[in-house]
Parts: sequence; C-alpha cells; structure tokens
Amino acid sequence: MSDQPTPDLAPRVSDTIRKTTCYMCACRCGIDVHLRQGRPVLIEGNRDHPKNRGVLCAKGAAGLKQVTSPARLRAPLRRVGPRGSGQFREISWDEALDTALSWLKPLHDAAPEKLAFFTGRDQSQSLTGWWAEQFGTPNHAAHGGLCSVNMAAAGIYTLGGSFWEFGAPDWDHAKLLLLFGVAEDHDSNPIKMGLARLKARGARIVGVNPIRSGYSAIADAWVAITPGTDGLFILSLVHELLKAGRIDLDFLARFSNAPVLLDSDPASPTRGLFLRDDAGRPQVIDRRTGKLAPWDGQGVQPDLRGRLRRAGVTHVSVMHEMADRYLAPHWAPEAVAGRCGVTPAQIRRIAAELARAAFDDPVILHRPWTDFRGHRHDSMVGRAVAVHAMRGISAHSNGFQTARALHLLQTLLGAVETPGSFRFKPPYPKPADAHPRPHSRTTPGQPLPGPALGYPQGPEDLALRPDGTPARIDKAFSWENPLSVHGLLHMVIPNAAAGDPYRIDTLFLYMANMAWNSSMNTRGTIDMLTAQDGDGYVIPHIIVSDAYSSETVAYADLVLPDTTYLERHDCISLLDRPISEPDRAADAIRWPVVTPDRDVRPFQSVLLDLGARLGLPGMTRNGAPRYRDYADYITTHERRPGIGPLAGWRSGPAGIAHGRGDPNEAQLQSYIANGGVFQAEIPAEAQYFKPWNAAYQDWAVTFGLADAPQPYLIQLWCEPLRRFQLAAEGHGVIQPPDHLRGRIIATHDPLPGWHAPMSDGFEDPVEYPIHALSQRPMAMYHSWGSQNAWLRQIHGHNPLYLPTLWWDRLTLKEGDWVRVISSRGTLTVPAAHMAALNPHTVWTWNAIGKRKGAWGLDPAAPEATRGFLLNHIISELLPDRGDGRRWANSDPVTGQAAWFDLRVRLEKSAAPTESQPAFAPVSPPPGTGPSATEDAC
Amino acid sequence: MHPARSLIAFTTLSGLGFGLLAWLGIDPTPPTGAVAAAFYLVAAALALAGLGVSALHLRRPERAWRAFREWRTSWLSREAWTAALALALSGAQGLLLTFGTGLLPALGMGLAPLGWLAAAAALGTVLCTAMIYAQLATVPRWHHWSTPALFLALAITGGALLSGRIAVASVALALTGALQLWCWWDGDKRFARAGHSLATATGLGGIGTPRPLFPAHTARSYVMDEMVCTVGRRHARKLRALSLALMTVLPVVLLQLPMPHLFGFLALVSHVIGVFVSRWLFFAEAEHVSGLYYGRR
Amino acid sequence: MTALPPEPVRKLGLVIDLDTCVGCHACVIACKGWNDVAYGAPLGDADAYGADPSGAFLNRVHSYEVQPPDGPAQHVHFPRSCLHCDSAPCVPVCPTGASYKRAEDGIVLVNEDACIGCGLCAWACPYGAREMDPSAGVMKKCTLCVDRIYNDALPEQDREPACVRTCPSNARHFGDLADPESAASQLVEARGGFALMPETGAAPVNRYLPPREKDWDETGWGDETDVLAPWLAPVAEEPQGFLGWLDRTLGKV
Ligand SMILES: Nc1nc2c(c(=O)[nH]1)N[C@H]1C(S)=C(S)[C@@H](COP(=O)(O)OP(=O)(O)OC[C@H]3O[C@@H](n4cnc5c(=O)[nH]c(N)nc54)[C@H](O)[C@@H]3O)O[C@H]1N2
Ligand SMILES: Nc1nc2c(c(=O)[nH]1)N[C@H]1C(S)=C(S)[C@@H](COP(=O)(O)OP(=O)(O)OC[C@H]3O[C@@H](n4cnc5c(=O)[nH]c(N)nc54)[C@H](O)[C@@H]3O)O[C@H]1N2
Ligand code: SF4
Ligand code: SF4
Ligand code: SF4
Ligand code: SF4
Ligand code: SF4
Ligand SMILES: [Mo]
Repeated sequence: MSDQPTPDLAPRVSDTIRKTTCYMCACRCGIDVHLRQGRPVLIEGNRDHPKNRGVLCAKGAAGLKQVTSPARLRAPLRRVGPRGSGQFREISWDEALDTALSWLKPLHDAAPEKLAFFTGRDQSQSLTGWWAEQFGTPNHAAHGGLCSVNMAAAGIYTLGGSFWEFGAPDWDHAKLLLLFGVAEDHDSNPIKMGLARLKARGARIVGVNPIRSGYSAIADAWVAITPGTDGLFILSLVHELLKAGRIDLDFLARFSNAPVLLDSDPASPTRGLFLRDDAGRPQVIDRRTGKLAPWDGQGVQPDLRGRLRRAGVTHVSVMHEMADRYLAPHWAPEAVAGRCGVTPAQIRRIAAELARAAFDDPVILHRPWTDFRGHRHDSMVGRAVAVHAMRGISAHSNGFQTARALHLLQTLLGAVETPGSFRFKPPYPKPADAHPRPHSRTTPGQPLPGPALGYPQGPEDLALRPDGTPARIDKAFSWENPLSVHGLLHMVIPNAAAGDPYRIDTLFLYMANMAWNSSMNTRGTIDMLTAQDGDGYVIPHIIVSDAYSSETVAYADLVLPDTTYLERHDCISLLDRPISEPDRAADAIRWPVVTPDRDVRPFQSVLLDLGARLGLPGMTRNGAPRYRDYADYITTHERRPGIGPLAGWRSGPAGIAHGRGDPNEAQLQSYIANGGVFQAEIPAEAQYFKPWNAAYQDWAVTFGLADAPQPYLIQLWCEPLRRFQLAAEGHGVIQPPDHLRGRIIATHDPLPGWHAPMSDGFEDPVEYPIHALSQRPMAMYHSWGSQNAWLRQIHGHNPLYLPTLWWDRLTLKEGDWVRVISSRGTLTVPAAHMAALNPHTVWTWNAIGKRKGAWGLDPAAPEATRGFLLNHIISELLPDRGDGRRWANSDPVTGQAAWFDLRVRLEKSAAPTESQPAFAPVSPPPGTGPSATEDAC
Repeated sequence: MHPARSLIAFTTLSGLGFGLLAWLGIDPTPPTGAVAAAFYLVAAALALAGLGVSALHLRRPERAWRAFREWRTSWLSREAWTAALALALSGAQGLLLTFGTGLLPALGMGLAPLGWLAAAAALGTVLCTAMIYAQLATVPRWHHWSTPALFLALAITGGALLSGRIAVASVALALTGALQLWCWWDGDKRFARAGHSLATATGLGGIGTPRPLFPAHTARSYVMDEMVCTVGRRHARKLRALSLALMTVLPVVLLQLPMPHLFGFLALVSHVIGVFVSRWLFFAEAEHVSGLYYGRR
Repeated sequence: MTALPPEPVRKLGLVIDLDTCVGCHACVIACKGWNDVAYGAPLGDADAYGADPSGAFLNRVHSYEVQPPDGPAQHVHFPRSCLHCDSAPCVPVCPTGASYKRAEDGIVLVNEDACIGCGLCAWACPYGAREMDPSAGVMKKCTLCVDRIYNDALPEQDREPACVRTCPSNARHFGDLADPESAASQLVEARGGFALMPETGAAPVNRYLPPREKDWDETGWGDETDVLAPWLAPVAEEPQGFLGWLDRTLGKV
C-alpha cells in the first residue's frame, strides 16, 4: 500500500564494537559492547566465543545499567562516623594508600597472620592468593568455602576434577542426564545451551531437586527429594546396580582404584591404607601373572578380585570393600525411600534407566587411543549417562560424602571422561596429590613458604600451630575440617570477633558482601563488625574494595573503590578459574572498553601498588615496583618459567607460542584482536579419557598445564580420609582433640557414605520440621543485580514459596504472610503457593532482599520493604549444646557452609508494614543514591 | 480495566451534553434568544468539557488532530468526526436560535432538518463513544449491543432531565434503570461465556489446570495498570446499589415532587452522580482477557 | 493505514518452545536492550531506582504451574510478546493510522510519529502485548525486530530478532510461517505447535510448541511389568554372591 510508513530498517546503533568478557556473573561469556561516542549503548553475545557462542543471559545484556548505576562508588572513602553509620569522607588515592600502608606495614613486619585478606566472587584468585603468600599471611581464601567446596574437594580427591565450572556433561552424546540440585550454576549459558542440545537429540533429563523450577521444570522427570538425603538416594542406586551387576567392570579395573589392594587387618595400624611397593606405588594383582604389580605398570591388567595375604596381613581389593559395603540391606530402596521423600519404585526406575542408558547402547567413537599402561584401544567406548550437580548437594554438611557418592555412581557406570558422560575442562584433570599442600608457617617480614591453600594428604599437612590449635583464623585445615581446601570465608568474622583461635588486626575484604547476603546470621555479623572492647573495635581495621555501595561498604574504615567490569583489565586465567570447555583450553581478558569517569582504580592494580609499597618480594625489583599495573602483570608475570597468567600468544623460540613461552609485550593486543579470548583445541585423540590418555597427558605437558604426565586412578577409596580416621582411632603422632575423634571417624569414611546433616544432632527436627532453601534467580546475580534498572523490575521482591501441604495446613491464601522460625531467629515474609515442591520444603530467591540505603536505591524500595534474606535466620554456628564449644555449621570434612541444612517451622502472621526483621537504614556513601543516575556522569 | 478519571468524566459529561443537544435538535418548538443561548452553552460546555478531559487521556494530546484520520475503521476516529459535526451543526442551530430570531420565520420549517441532523450527529457521537468499548472483544463485558444501548439511553435520559422534560425523563429514567440492572446481571456472565481461561490463554489446558506461579515481573507494568486493575471490585455490589439509587430511583421520586425547578435540579444532580458511579463501575468491573496471563481479570 | 492489508504472502513470526524455555528472561532484556537504541524512542523506565519502578518491555516471561489430573504438578515458563496476528484487532481501532500491519510480511508496527498515545490498540489486543512508553508517551510493541531482520548494516547472521539471537536454550525460532517449507513451519508441524486463544479470532501468527510429556507416565514410576525390570535382575543379593559373580564374569573374559 502506498501510504504504509517506511521505518528505518537499517539503523546503525553504534559507531564502535569492542569485544570483551562479561562479568555480570562468573560464567564469563564473550560480549560485544556497542559504543556510541564512547558510551556503551548495547551489549550482545560474541558469536565466536567458546563459552556462549553468541547467546547472552538477562544479566549479561543488562550489564549496561551496571556501568551507569547510581550505586557506583566515586572516590576512596575514609570512615568519619561510627562503623556502620555509612558516614564517610572522600579522600585522595595517596591518602588511601598511605592509610592502608600504615595498618599493613607493621603487621607485615611483626605478625603477618594478623592480616586476614579474604575475597568473594572475584576472578583474580591466582593474584590475590599470591599476594597473600608474598605478604606472609596464611589468612587468605576466596568464597569457595561458603560456596561449593564440597563439590570441589570431593571431585578433586575422587575424580581429579569436579563439577562446578571444571567439568561438563558430554552434551553431544549423553542420552540421560541426571541433574542434582542445580538451579543455575556458574556455567549459566553453557548449561542452557547444553540442555537444548540434549532436547534436540531426544535425550532425557532427570531433575533431582526438592523444587521443580528452572532446569527441573523442563526435565522429563522430577525426583522431589528431601533436602540433605541425596547420599542415601544415590547409594541406593549404587546398591541396585551392584546387585544387578550393571557396572562397567573394565572401566573400574583399568581406571579406578577398585583393584588396588588394601590392608584389611582389623588390628593393623595401617588398616585401610594401600599396599605399596618400596617406591610407594599402590599395588594391584596383575591378571596376566596373578602377581603383585604397581598400579601403573606397563601392560598391567589390574584384577578387581585381588586378594593377598602377606606377612600375616590380608590385603583385599577396594572392590571387596565396596561389595561388602553397598550390598548391605540398609541401602535397599525400601530402606531409604521414606527418608528421601521418594518411592522405592522411583529409585528402581532410575537405576534401571541408568543401566539401560549406560549399557544398552554404548557410545562408540572411532578414535583409537593409547592409555598410560601402553594399552592401545581401537575406539573410545563410552556410557551415555551424564551427571551434573551443584549446591543442592554441596551446601549441606554431608555434601562432601554425597558428592563422593555421586562420583562412585559415575565410576561404577564407566561414566567419567568417557564419550556420553562427564568430561573435564582443562587444566583439569589434575589429582589431589598433584596440587600443592597448604602452608601456614608465618615468619615476620617474610613470605609464606608456599600457597596458603592446598590439598592435605594426611594429618601432617594440617595448618596447626605447635600447640595443635588452628593456625588460620578460619580454622581451615584444622581437625574441625581437615580438607577445607577453599578456606571458610563464613567463619572469618565470627572467629575474629571471638578471638578464637586468635585476634586479628586488619580485615581486608574484596568483592564479598559479608555484612549482608554472603554471611550467615546477618544481624550477628553486623554486631561482630561493630563490636568494641576497651581499646576500640574488636576488629581494629576493616578495608573493603567494592565497586558499588553494598551493605558491607558501610562497615569499612577504608574503602578502595573499584572500576566496573567494562573499565579495567581482568585476566580469566588457566591458573585460576578458567573458561575452558571439555575439548578446548581457553582463557580470556577484560580490557577497558570505556574510560572511568570517577576517581576509581582497578583493584588488582591497587593491590600490586600496595604490594610494591610494602616491599613484597614478588612485587618489587631493586626496590622499585615490579609491575606498572595489572595489565603489565598479566603480560610479564611468570609463575613457573614459561607459564604466565595468559596462555595465548606468548613468545617462543620461533615466534608466537601458545601455552608455554616467554612473556610477549604485545600479548594483550593479540587478545583484543581475537575478541578477548584465546582457545586451544585439544587434539581429537586426546579429548576423552584424559586422566589415562597418553595423548592428552602429553598435550597437557606441551601446553604447560603440567610439567610431567600425571596419570592417576579414580580414588573410590580415598586414602587421605582414612589417614585422618586412623589418627582419630589413635594412630600416629599428630592427634586430634578428643572431642572430635568420634565425629572424624564417622564422617571421614574412605568409601562414600552418608551421615545426617550435622544440625540434626543439635536441634530437634520435630520442632523444626520444614526445610528452607534458597535458589539463584537466573536474571539476578547475588546482590549486584538490584542496582540494575532493568533487572530489578523482574525481581524486586521475593515471597516464600510453600508446598500445598503446608499452605493448606496454615490455611493460607494469596496475600498472606508467614512467620519463619529457625533456632536462630524469625522472619515475617509474604507467602506464595507452589505445588511442585517437596512436601516439607519451602524456599525463596536468593539475595533479593536489600538493606535500606544500600545499592543506590530509594530506602522505600521493594527490595528493602518486601524483600528478605534467609540469611537472617541461618547461623554460622550450630545451636549451643552446653559443651562450651563453638561448633561451625559446616561440613566436618571440608568446612563448607551448610546453608541448605536450615530447618524451620511456620506460623501464619498478620501482614506487617514491611518484611521482618527490618534493619535500620545505612546512609549512602557520597555520590551514590537514587538521584545519582547516569545523567550525572 | 483501570477506571481512569478522564474517561469517566468524559463519557459522563459528553453523554449528557450530546443528549441535551439531541433533545434541542429535535425540539419542534425550540427555545430562542437568551434561553436558547443558555441551553446551547450548557450543552456545548458539557460536550466540550468532556472532550477536553478526554484529551487528557491521550499521552500526546498535541497530536490529537491526527485522530480524524482513520474514520473508515476506527470508532475513535469516527467519534472525533461525529463530535465535530454535532458541535458544528448544533452550533449553527444554536447561533440561529440565539441571534437569528429575525431570520427564523423566513427559515420556517427549514430549521428542523438542521436540528434533526444535529441531533443525529449528537447521538451518533454517543454511539461512537460507546462503540469504542463495545467493539472490544477483549473485554467481554463491553462487547455487547447493550453497551451502546445503555450509553444512548443514559444520554437521552440525561438530556431529557437537563432540558426539563419531566414526563419523558421519568419514563426514560425507569427504562434506563431497568436496562442498567440487566446489563450488570448479564455482564457478570459474559467473560465466562466468551470461553477465555488461563488454559486457552496459555494453551496448556491439555496437560492439566494451569495457575500462575512466578510473576513475569515484580514491578508495575502498563498492561497491569491499565488492564488488570482490580481495585475496589470488592465493593461492587454496594456501589451498584448506590449508583442505581442515585441515577434512577431517586431522580424519579424527586421529579414527582412539586417545585420542579428545585427538585428537578436535585434530580439532575443525583442522576449525574449516579452515572459517574455507574461509569466507574463500567471500567472497574470490566475484565480484560489479557489479565488472564497475570492470573487476574 | 488502519485497514488490515490483504493476507500477506509472507507471515513472519516467532515459534516459542515451551519444552525448553527455562524462564531465564534473557529474551526480555535482549529485547529491551535492542529496542532501547533502535526502533523509535528509547524504551523508557519510570522511577528506575525508586520505590515503585516500572518500564516498557516488549516481551515478558511468565511462569505457570500445571496440575495434571494425576502425577506431580508441572512447571512451564511462558514468554509472551506480540503474535503479529493475521486479523490484528489492534490495527483497525487505531484512530491515527499509527498502528498498522505491513503488507509484505505481516509485521504489526506502530508509527511512533503519528501515535497520540490513546491506548486503544492496547485495549484491543487480547494478549497484553502492547505497552505505553512511560517517557515518550507513544505505544510500544514487539517489532519482530524489523530493524534487524532487514538490516544490511548488521552481519548476515545477526539479521534475526534480538530475543532469538540471545536465547541460550534455543527456545525461540523465527521464520516465515506462511511457507510450509520454512524451518519454523516444519518445527510447528513436527511438534504440534499451537496458537494462543484461538477463540479471540485474532489469528496469531506466532506459534507455541507444547511441553513434551513429563514424568515418564506412559509406564509410571512403579509399573511392575516395566520393560526396564530385566535391567535390575539381581546377580547376587549378598557380597559373597556378588564376588562369586565377579569371579565368573571376569573368568569369562
Ligand atoms: N543468575 C545467577 N547465576 C549464578 C549466581 C547468581 O547469583 N545468579 N551465583 C553463582 C554462584 S556463586 C553459585 S555458587 C552458583 C550456584 O548454582 P546452583 O548450585 O545452581 O545454586 P543454587 O541456586 O544455590 O541452587 C541450588 C539448588 O539445589 C537445590 N537443592 C537444595 N537442597 C538440595 C538437596 O538436598 N538435594 C538436591 N538434589 N537439591 C537440593 C535447590 O532447590 C536449588 O535448585 O550459581 C552461580 N551462578
Ligand atoms: N541464603 C543464602 N546465602 C548465600 C547463598 C545461598 O545459596 N543462600 N550462596 C552463597 C554463595 S555460593 C556465594 S558465592 C555468596 C556470594 O556472595 P558474594 O561473593 O558476597 O556476592 P555478592 O553479594 O555479589 O557480593 C560481592 C560484592 O562484590 C561487589 N562487586 C561487584 N562487582 C565488583 C567489582 O567489579 N569490583 C569490586 N571490587 N567489587 C565488586 C558487589 O558490589 C558486592 O558487594 O553468597 C552466599 N550466600
Ligand atoms: S551467564 Fe550471563 S551474566 Fe554470566 S557471564 Fe554469561 S552473559 Fe554474563
Ligand atoms: S531466553 Fe529463551 S529460555 Fe530464556 S526465557 Fe526467553 S525463551 Fe525462555
Ligand atoms: S498480539 Fe496484540 S498487538 Fe500483536 S498483532 Fe495481535 S492483537 Fe496486535
Ligand atoms: S496508542 Fe497510538 S497506535 Fe495505539 S491506537 Fe492510539 S494512536 Fe494508534
Ligand atoms: S522480536 Fe524483537 S521486538 Fe519482538 S520480542 Fe523479540 S526482541 Fe523484542
Ligand atoms: Mo557461590
């Protein structure tokens, strides 16, 4: 028609596109930032990026609003009012750095452990960890201890790699995926892309989750498990599969320690330890000879049935122990189903589905390969069963063992690193004993002898002071949680405030909202941060680096304002938490695609600057700063010769080299020219069976992931656990305190087991009959999202979702409120009904509730008046049981914060004017607040 | 639907104004001179005030002239035309009656067709206004012949009252009251009759019974504010009674009392307030089908 | 322009897969982002950091719980945007001609220069797909990214709607639904795609793909005659028996 308008069909929305890396969450997708006259106007996914292949989540596309948020800090701040008042004076960077130095220098020179440097969701742990090591304090960790260390530790001690973001289902070949307790995970986009690929191929997905939302909503089948009971459920599956002989004997014999011989003499001081040869190598029976042989001997064919009597001691294979253990009737579906909230038929159905998917139709890739014993395989035979799990397993105080049980299930099915199953992402696989051990011995003025965090192999690796008390402020690597490989961020403030094990002087926090959603027991934490004794604050100095006016900023004495993610260099390194995919190693950078308009500095550069001013060895050369800034560090720092933060475009003898190589001045330019990302495809022959595949091991060495091939066996029997048990039984010179012996014996089972969540022993499950959980909303990232003009319209407040059973029992209707009572406190919050729930589970979205005055929002914002946190009623300590001890609400093996052990009871409530508890407002730091919108910049 | 004050005021006032103009138009013995001026000014003021207020409902009132364009399909556009026409014709008539008393004999019966045309345009405007609502299949309560019927009935009744036609007004009041009652009674059933439900809105009815779970957004939105307004429905029954009493019952009684000027005026006031309440209910009780997506109607 | 054009030869539209949509809202924000800088006035927000924020979005993702007659409740995420109806009731009601349906591809658009912000088109839309811009005071709706799909300033592969490009779960597909050979039509055919509220007579072009059958209810969790039973036939109930089986099995190889 003639008068039909003609819109502009080809608008040019930007004049420049810069490719960098998203940081609206830890997934780290590639983004195309569109700029118009230097201002970002649109963010799209980078199609050439291995992580997201062009797609972007809601947060990623909303990143624009983060860069113009009214919550951005504008200059360094020095506290002027009392702590928590939010009263600050803007100061210069010189004054800020001098102040920091005046606190840190004396500590460095006299008592480095009095600095506790803890970081939250940052992606610079290889820098921050190294900095702490150079400073000489053992008191460093990132947020892993409150996040998913159960998953990481169980994975690494068992498989040499873990779920989390370090492994992924074989999306191209799996036919059945079991998802345990995953709402969103770090691999946000890859998981969604993968689920779509599974669906497109007609593969099936089973969601094991008390809540049917998100991924479980699109799953073909749903198991409404009772929180904290997955271990029982999984071991019942193991029971059924073993009973039916539906296990991959060949895989077990070759690649796991099922054939390794154990001392099985009940009286022996080495009971449960491996039989080793003089070189210390665990022994198996070689089927070819019927004789002992080292596990990794060339051509050896380990015998699962191994049994040997030597020097009066009987040794049996781990397989014997497993048969004894898991065929016991108390693992039968009938025995566990009730407690798990499922039916025996459901358990059998899933066991049968697993058996069918694994063994009916194996995945066969015609790629010949050679294993570490020199055995040549004509093809790669795999099991089309993939498992993925996250915090639903991890955030319980039995999560370590539950994750181990899951790895046992995978291994029995031959579903680890085989086609169709679960695959590692470089730099994994890497077994626990190839990781460093923890270091905690401090010397004034000197660096630590090695990294503070590591993987203990036995009591001798614990971080204990000469008197046997914990050497670390968070009590990591102590008898309370020997394998706390990520530290315990959630215990730092409580322990420091209690002076248990000692007092500290300076708490230095980076990117961790510890006065709000990252702490258990919010109110208590706030009190601890402001607690005073005769000499002033119990924690004398608090330094916070944040980019925004979070709740925690109000508790800082000194604030180091960071840039936003579009304004700085960052390094997504293979030394850290990389963005690799199973068939490719990858790392990436962020670079300043826009220029900051405030007096802010990139934290990493500030940290290096501080290090240089302190004279820390790695950061100075001839008394002068070693690095100009973080960009310079990224390019020129070397951890080992030839190995730096970035693997791509290094310089080799004949020009550019990837992986290993000398620093290359132009490295960052190459990254920028390549969309900010580097990827190295793993050769096809090396893409599966990585721990045992000679081609992969060689590739890993060439590429610089390892210095020598390091094949290993899946540790179904975990010897380090047994070593702690043995100590608890009274063997050895390093002995646990008596009050912990029983618990260590019960929980450090070298074979995967199940124990009830620890809190069951401290509070009455009948009094608190309901489980209370939180879930990640896909469109929000922790606390950061609420300052986002677009995202907060989607999630501006959160109700508590109740299952039908309790909705009816309390005779609730739409608009009603409930009181949620735990042994720690009470919430009064809006209620909503959800039928697709485990009948004794309630939940809400995580981190939507905000404190008034924070995040640049109006104090009457719905986030503050209707939003709420479960954190207010979760405790970092288990209820006092009168024994004079502080028992952490953590996993007894790893120290993982047990967020999801929370139990509550519910009461109907009259609607209050706002959700309870209501906290007094904090006053917004200078330059922030709802009026400081983008026009101000 | 959101009971926007601008729309309630507009439909009520302009209905009254155009109703009066219609009566004036067909009056075989129209007032003349100052009396005519008074009547026409009142009518025009009501109609224009209504139109003026309705412009407040536009987010871009400066472009209101564009509304004349699509008279072929749009009732809103037609309303603009008929309103303009009615005002022009009535204006001409009013001017003649006021100032052209000298000309009148010459025109004789010639004036009548102008009046009839003006009346037709005035009622046409009311019809178009009503059709704006009645055409909307999305609001089953409105999507019915009774919507224009009621609008016209109210305009005619109000006009009769305003022009002091006591007998006619009494009958009209009674009939309109009856129509209004029936509209409420039948209107309550129309949404169900139209067959829309969350099951058809989502197409998920094949699996089972759907119910809203997570809201699409916790913030307000235009659709929710405009289409899914449920405020005050709780008081609907009381308001209906009040509306009916003020709009028809009380005026009928008042009209039968002596002192027609006083009680006639009171009847008018009562009626207009009643119509305001009825119009408020007209919007507030109207359920838009898109509300289904929000679990509301 | 308010008359509907004769039936267009091409009917461009979206196909949304309710079986894979995880409800992540990525499409909501991608749409907001694109339309904030492209077609017409920026998509406004009011009281963005305040106590009562609101804003115009052209695509919203709901979430519904569906209770089957037997079996556990299911949960379906449900994106909702303009369906580019064949008999778009939002078009003829428009007094200014601002609202129109394109003759060449059926896309329904608002000419913002002519819109008076009367809101009538939004009232006429059964699907709640139109939102008034709080700042510009003109009607906003999904443009089917008409300024992307024909945009020769964009690389070829980006000439698809922003929401389709971004969807991580591949739950959104774009194509010509008048062409039975198009990938979009084929999907609709294969998966039994349906239209929303056919009873309104608006004749939407967009299609929704239903969720696949859930919870394995064709056999039920507990069916004894399960074809799967042989997969769990015991070789041994006791550890000793199991080790015997192991001996026999390994002896064979
Ligand atoms: N959009 C978004 N993405 C994020 C984040 C974010 O804030 N927003 N945060 C990032 C971070 S730091 C992390 S740690 C990851 C966490 O990623 P997820 O592990 O996916 O995180 P949660 O939301 O804690 O989800 C835990 C899930 O476990 C279930 N669950 C709880 N208890 C049990 C149980 O006993 N058994 C089983 N089977 N399930 C259970 C809960 O119902 C929930 O679905 O997400 C990362 N990605
Ligand atoms: N109830 C409950 N609580 C939980 C969980 C749960 O499941 N349930 N999950 C826990 C888990 S797994 C985790 S990981 C934690 C997450 O908790 P945190 O790691 O504390 O995450 P955030 O709340 O996002 O806080 C990070 C801080 O970093 C700041 N920040 C953001 N960007 C930048 C930047 O560019 N530079 C700097 N310097 N700072 C920046 C933010 O402003 C914020 O103050 O929460 C834990 N808390
Ligand atoms: S998942 Fe989303 S927020 Fe996270 S990095 Fe990717 S695009 Fe950014
Ligand atoms: S982006 Fe895709 S998966 Fe996410 S809500 Fe939209 S349609 Fe659903
Ligand atoms: S969905 Fe609504 S706005 Fe879109 S064409 Fe149909 S009626 Fe018009
Ligand atoms: S709001 Fe604009 S597009 Fe809609 S009917 Fe009115 S003038 Fe037309
Ligand atoms: S097609 Fe474009 S305008 Fe329409 S919903 Fe998708 S992104 Fe928004
Ligand atoms: Mo986390």
